Order: sequence, then structure tokens, then C-alpha cells
Amino acid sequence: MALYDTRRRRNRIAVGLAIGATLFGLAWLVLILAVLLWNGVSGLSLAVFTQMTPPPGSAGGLLNPIAGSLAMTVTAVLIGTPLGILAGTYMAEYGRYDRLSAVVRFINDILLSAPSIVVGLFVYEIVVAQVGHFSGWAGAVALAVIVVPVVVRTTEDMLILVPDTLREAAASIGLPRSLMIRKVAYRAARAGMITGVLLAVARISGETAPLLFTALNNQFWSLDMNAPVASLPVVIFQFALSPYKDWQALAWTGALIITLAVLALSISARALSAQRKTS
Amino acid sequence: MSVTPIVTTPTVIHAVVDTEGLAEKISIRNLDFFYGDHRALKNINVPLYQGKVTAFIGPSGCGKSTLLRVLNRMYDLYPNQRASGHVTLDNQDILSPRQDLNLLRAKVGMVFQKPTPFPMTIYENIAFGIRLYEKLAQSELDDRVRHALDRAALWNEVKDKLGANGLSLSGGQQQRLCIARTVAVRPEVILFDEPCSALDPISTAKIEELIDELKDDYTIAIVTHNMQQAARVSDFTAFMYLGEMIEFGDTTRIFTNPNDRRTQDYITGRFG
Repeated sequence: MALYDTRRRRNRIAVGLAIGATLFGLAWLVLILAVLLWNGVSGLSLAVFTQMTPPPGSAGGLLNPIAGSLAMTVTAVLIGTPLGILAGTYMAEYGRYDRLSAVVRFINDILLSAPSIVVGLFVYEIVVAQVGHFSGWAGAVALAVIVVPVVVRTTEDMLILVPDTLREAAASIGLPRSLMIRKVAYRAARAGMITGVLLAVARISGETAPLLFTALNNQFWSLDMNAPVASLPVVIFQFALSPYKDWQALAWTGALIITLAVLALSISARALSAQRKTS
Repeated sequence: MSVTPIVTTPTVIHAVVDTEGLAEKISIRNLDFFYGDHRALKNINVPLYQGKVTAFIGPSGCGKSTLLRVLNRMYDLYPNQRASGHVTLDNQDILSPRQDLNLLRAKVGMVFQKPTPFPMTIYENIAFGIRLYEKLAQSELDDRVRHALDRAALWNEVKDKLGANGLSLSGGQQQRLCIARTVAVRPEVILFDEPCSALDPISTAKIEELIDELKDDYTIAIVTHNMQQAARVSDFTAFMYLGEMIEFGDTTRIFTNPNDRRTQDYITGRFG
């Protein structure tokens, strides 16, 4: 019995430590959200969504960076998703046993954890420096470079989870492989693949570093992707570092908007994967 | 080993079949099969007679499923698996590299151990395969779907929910859906790879009944671990052991008067 009592005591200590660690970690998250709400909510008004970024001392909003962020994010997803899905499909379906897949997987994992500022510098070199000016396109390309590895990874993982028996069943009625992938494997993996894209969107919507050297910023209304384009993260970065109280307030509000948007995306991603498990 | 069946299953009374006059739908000659360097099938020779049910029995790992997977070249999906020898379907060599695999598989259908409905509606599960090879008007397609489900004894259970997901059916219904899917593309041969091992006794009885009905129109091969099942549904039985074909013959003879000691040991439950 003594042995059992010791074990129970140890168990209580271990569980206590685990709960303590969880609370410690969670506390910071709650604190961040609370500070964000405290400072950001007061600035939330219709003007934020309808007016341009103001010069210091006058009233304004965040319409141009919101629009710019949306435009670049959507473009990045449009570029990155097909590339990522095709590469992931190759690795999971056609080249599962090939050396090339192993190499691509390794490089993809490196890209997945590459610092985003490196991506920004890279796109600066190959786009901005070549073209001669900052542009929304360059920003979108930089964000796309971040989207691709996320989508490659989730696509491959989700397709590998599709049981081989389903592939064999498809083959057994004379289904060519390309049709099997499109009509059966994608269908079975759909929720997980969409989740991957949503997570990629969540990831890039808060990225500042890749945009600093590519899309730069723009104080005015502009959706010309050939010119510098404003984005929420860069505006937050600039306004938060400024000495002006009204700019700082707008930065808080912008940060709150991004956080809420990412939260909404994460929740929908969660809901989708829950749906996958039950269906 | 011997389980008293809870439900009455159709017992097929086998007369001693004279193999003369039977057409060989599939002939397997000197077949070897390799997983990498491992030789899993050793010089297999066996016929599948037209319109008959041939059962493959033997202990786990004896190569019976491997043999089945040669007949529709399913092994081609994986690297490092290869077959050598001769397998002919209607006198055409199906191991030839020129053989179109999709056409072969449309002719030689397969039903798997675990039910594998596609992640789509019941209707689509059937219609999908038909549309692959035939362009039909909607009403014709509806007829074909209905006929296939009828053939698989599933129509009455699903006719009011054809739009429901195939995965929402019970295990036994899913397996019959897979049979309907296979029948719908009008194959000539159907391979059953332990089709009942994941099913309850009632569903098993239904599937066995179905196999018995299907053999009028199709040539059937079935791999099973269940000796009673082999005895009930098949006309011919092949006993395999360690990758070799030990004995092939009329089911009644194999189960009452086997030639080989190992066959007798296996069917009486002394090993395996």
C-alpha cells in the first residue's frame, strides 16, 4: 500500500504542475487579448472602416490598409493554394515512394519554419530590385511564398490519411488515377485541405516583415497592385512606433481587427476539422 | 472453429462437377509473385471456370489475397511488387505491359474486406462508375443504378434515401453498396477478398446468398478464412499454403476427400 500511496502523491504533484504550467501559459494569452480589447475597442467606429489613414493630429481610419491587406492576402492565396495543392498531391499520390518527394518534403519543412523577413528580402531581390519599385504584387508574392509550404504540408498530410483501401476501391472499378484523386481522394480530404488554406490565411494576415521590403506602405487610397500598397500589419508597425497619440490608438484598433479576423478563421478551421471527424 | 449458424444460410448442394466442358475464363500458369525479393507466390497453376465460384482458402499469409490482387493487377499501384508467369483472361495475357489497367479492372471487379463506399451519395456511388465508360440519359442511368442496387439486394433499404451519404449506411449495407458499385460497371469477373470478415452473421448470410445469385452471370473468385463459407458458396476450392497451390478441385471433394494431408489438416482445424 505504501507503494500505491507514493504513486498517488507523485501523481497529484505531476497533475498540479501540469495545471500550473497551463494556467501560466494561458494567463499571458488572456492578458494580451485583454490589453488589446482595452486599448482597441474604444477606437472601433464606422470611421475606421470608411476613412483613410490620417496625418498626425487629424481624424481618420484604416480603410486603405484593410483593403490593401485583403487584396494582397487574396492574391497570395490565389497564387499559393494551387501551387501548394499540386505539390502536396504529387507527394502524396504520384510520388509517394519517390526520392524527389523526400527531398521536396525536407525543403518544404525548412521553408515552413523560415523567418518571414528572409522571405521579404528574397522577394525584394527577385521582384522589387528587378522592377525598380515597391508594389502590391511583390507583397502578394512574398505572402504566397509563406502560403505554399503550409498548404503543401496540410495537403500531403490529409491525402496520406485517406486510406489506401479507398484508392484500391476506386481503381477496382477502372477509375484512372487522375479521376480517383479529383473525385475520391480530394473529396475525402476536403475538410482538412480547406483547414490548411484557412490556417495559411491566418498566418499571412499578421505578417509584417515580408511586406516591409515589398509592398512598403501607402498613406492614400490605392488598389493599384503595381504601386506600393498599405497593409494593416505595416500600418500598425509604423503607427505604434510613432509619438502621436491618435496614431497609436489607430494601431491598437488595427491590431484588434487582425486578431479578431484570425480568431474567426481559426474557429472556422476548427469547426471544419471537427466536421471531418464526425462525417 | 465450427460455429453453428444462427440464421439459416442457403446451402448449395454440390454435385460432383465434371470440369470437362467448362470454359476457363481465367487461366493462371506458372505464376510467381514478388514483394521486393520475397517470393510470395510459387509457381501457381489454377483455372477460374466461367460462371462458377472458386474459393481460395489457406492460413494467413499463404498468398491467397496476393493471388486475387494479381487478377486485376491491383499490385500495380505499389512499387516493388511484380508478377511473372502467365495469366490469361479470355485467352488474353493480362500481365502484358500493354494491358490497359483501367479496362482490365472494369472487366475484373473487386470487393474488399472492409466496405469502402466513396465519400458521396448512395446514388453517386453507383452512378460514378457507370458514367466512366458509358454516356447515358438520366432515366437510363437511374435504371442502371436501380438495377445494380436490386442485384445487391439493397434497393428496398435505400430507395427512399438515395441522396444520403454512402457512409451513413450500416457495415453490411455498405458492403452490399460496394457489390452494387462493382456490378454496375458490368464486369465479367468479380473478385471477393474476404468480403464478410468485417460483418455480422446476418449480413454475412445476405452476402453469401448474393454471391450464389451472381454466379449465373459472373465468374467469381472468393478469398475466405471461413471454411464453412467456402463450402457453402463455392463450386471449386483451392487450398494454398506458404505461397504454393497445394490442392485444387471440386469443393465437395476437397472438403470430404482431400488428396493432400495438409489440406485435410487445415479443413479439420488442426492448423491455421
